[in-house]
Amino acid sequence: MAKLANFTPTILKNLFSKPATTTYPFEPFKYPEGTRGHIENDIDNCIFCGMCTRNCPTRCLTVDKATHTWTINRFDCLACEYCTVVCPKKCLHTVEGYQEPMPEKSSVTYTMSEEAIAAEAEKKRIAAEKAKAAKEAALKKKAEEEAKAAAEAAAPAAETVAEAAEAAPAE
Amino acid sequence: MAETTAKRSIIPYGPQHPVLPEPIHLDLVLEDEKIVDVLPNVGFIHRGLEKLVQKKDFNEMMYVIERVCGICSFVHGMGYCATIEKVFDVEIPDRAKFLRTMWSEMSRIHSHMLWLGLLADAFGFESLFYQVWRSREQILNMVELHTGSRLISSVNKVGGVLKDVDDDKLKILSKTVDQIEEDMLRVQKVFFEDYSVQSRLKGIGILTPENAHALGAVGPFARASGIPLDLRMRGDNAMPYIDFEPITSNDCDCFARCYVRFMEVLQSIDIIRQCIAKMPADHTLVTPVKGNPQGEAFMRLEQPRGEVVYYAKANGTKYLERFRVRTPTFANLIPLCETLKGESFADLGLLVLSIDPCISCTER
Repeated sequence: MAKLANFTPTILKNLFSKPATTTYPFEPFKYPEGTRGHIENDIDNCIFCGMCTRNCPTRCLTVDKATHTWTINRFDCLACEYCTVVCPKKCLHTVEGYQEPMPEKSSVTYTMSEEAIAAEAEKKRIAAEKAKAAKEAALKKKAEEEAKAAAEAAAPAAETVAEAAEAAPAE
Repeated sequence: MAETTAKRSIIPYGPQHPVLPEPIHLDLVLEDEKIVDVLPNVGFIHRGLEKLVQKKDFNEMMYVIERVCGICSFVHGMGYCATIEKVFDVEIPDRAKFLRTMWSEMSRIHSHMLWLGLLADAFGFESLFYQVWRSREQILNMVELHTGSRLISSVNKVGGVLKDVDDDKLKILSKTVDQIEEDMLRVQKVFFEDYSVQSRLKGIGILTPENAHALGAVGPFARASGIPLDLRMRGDNAMPYIDFEPITSNDCDCFARCYVRFMEVLQSIDIIRQCIAKMPADHTLVTPVKGNPQGEAFMRLEQPRGEVVYYAKANGTKYLERFRVRTPTFANLIPLCETLKGESFADLGLLVLSIDPCISCTER
């Protein structure tokens, strides 16, 4: 009889304790920290290099530099986080919460804000001006150096001509 | 008196059957209720994952190989990375070795607890099934806390691991494994001494040690027949620093397999405790790897189900030429067929479950 009664204490304990399951959706579900739910992009820092697009195992990302958009098809995304590993600017990150069911597969597009696009254009303009100024300075320096070298080359030649002129009247 | 001859019939069993745990097809030759011969047939979950090496570069391929199987997914990812690291001939940092060992033992605990629950369900003891699975939720929460997801962890990388674990998470893990050990010790008496469990498991599905050796059984299936074959003895990752002995049993029946897997849960808890105590302080996680792989490598690891063998061949481009996985269930299929001969048809579901089949691993 003892062999049959091994499970009885557990049965009695379970009869008088609360269920082991969470009564979702009445109780909100708490994800542990760092759960790989879905991927989001901090679009204002993105440089649209396309590294995430080329390396995604399911090819669910699309990037368009001309229109400053980054599109993800969350239904195809595995949340493997490989895009966050290869992103050079580290603007991709994982957020908890899974893709909810929908009537059809759809993509989500992130577009860069106007301020960020303007800031990027301003940065490019300043960089272009700096590059132009640096180029002009380099050209000027090169011209000065060439002129100096020409002057130094002309000076010994003038000395030689002067010596020859002195020597000739002496004869 | 007229002689009664037993009638032989061939019955197709699977891939879909209410009692069958995995989609394998068996053609059973039955004499009345006794199984006389078995002809297995696999191929229902073949997805052609090995062909994808030609299309996905060697870094992305990790995510494909990880998804060969859901239950043994961590060891597949780790084995792939370990094989490519062997091709490159790099050594990963010590902390990465300890983290990989710790996470693979957590994966082993979850897999064995899943199996123990399914075993209880196979002979109808549903309450015991749910007691074990309720406890298993704790280890899945730990895996989610450490790696981000309950089953497919995606933390391995060629050269190391991607995520670090701080001291708080190690403390929480330590408390959780203490709780799991307490839960398992409470049901230990039921698994090992209860009358109904014993009458279903003892004495059926005998695989003699000679047959186990001759037919190439691996993993707990072989260890239950007395063969001390455990690939963790090879000393990969952090195993040289861990005290460890393989668990064997000499009974050779289904009960011995249940015993071996149960004790391995407790042994894995002990290994996790040793890893937490000996975790190196240096937080380097990755040895950088440059360029494309060139050469071949061969790697053997211990999955929850047995010995898994990986072979990689690389030719200097970013795509591997060939990647082959030989999983333990593939090796255990023929010893299973030998075990089934002479058994009653009613025990079939239980016997197929006793090798811990994972057909999606077998067919990739």
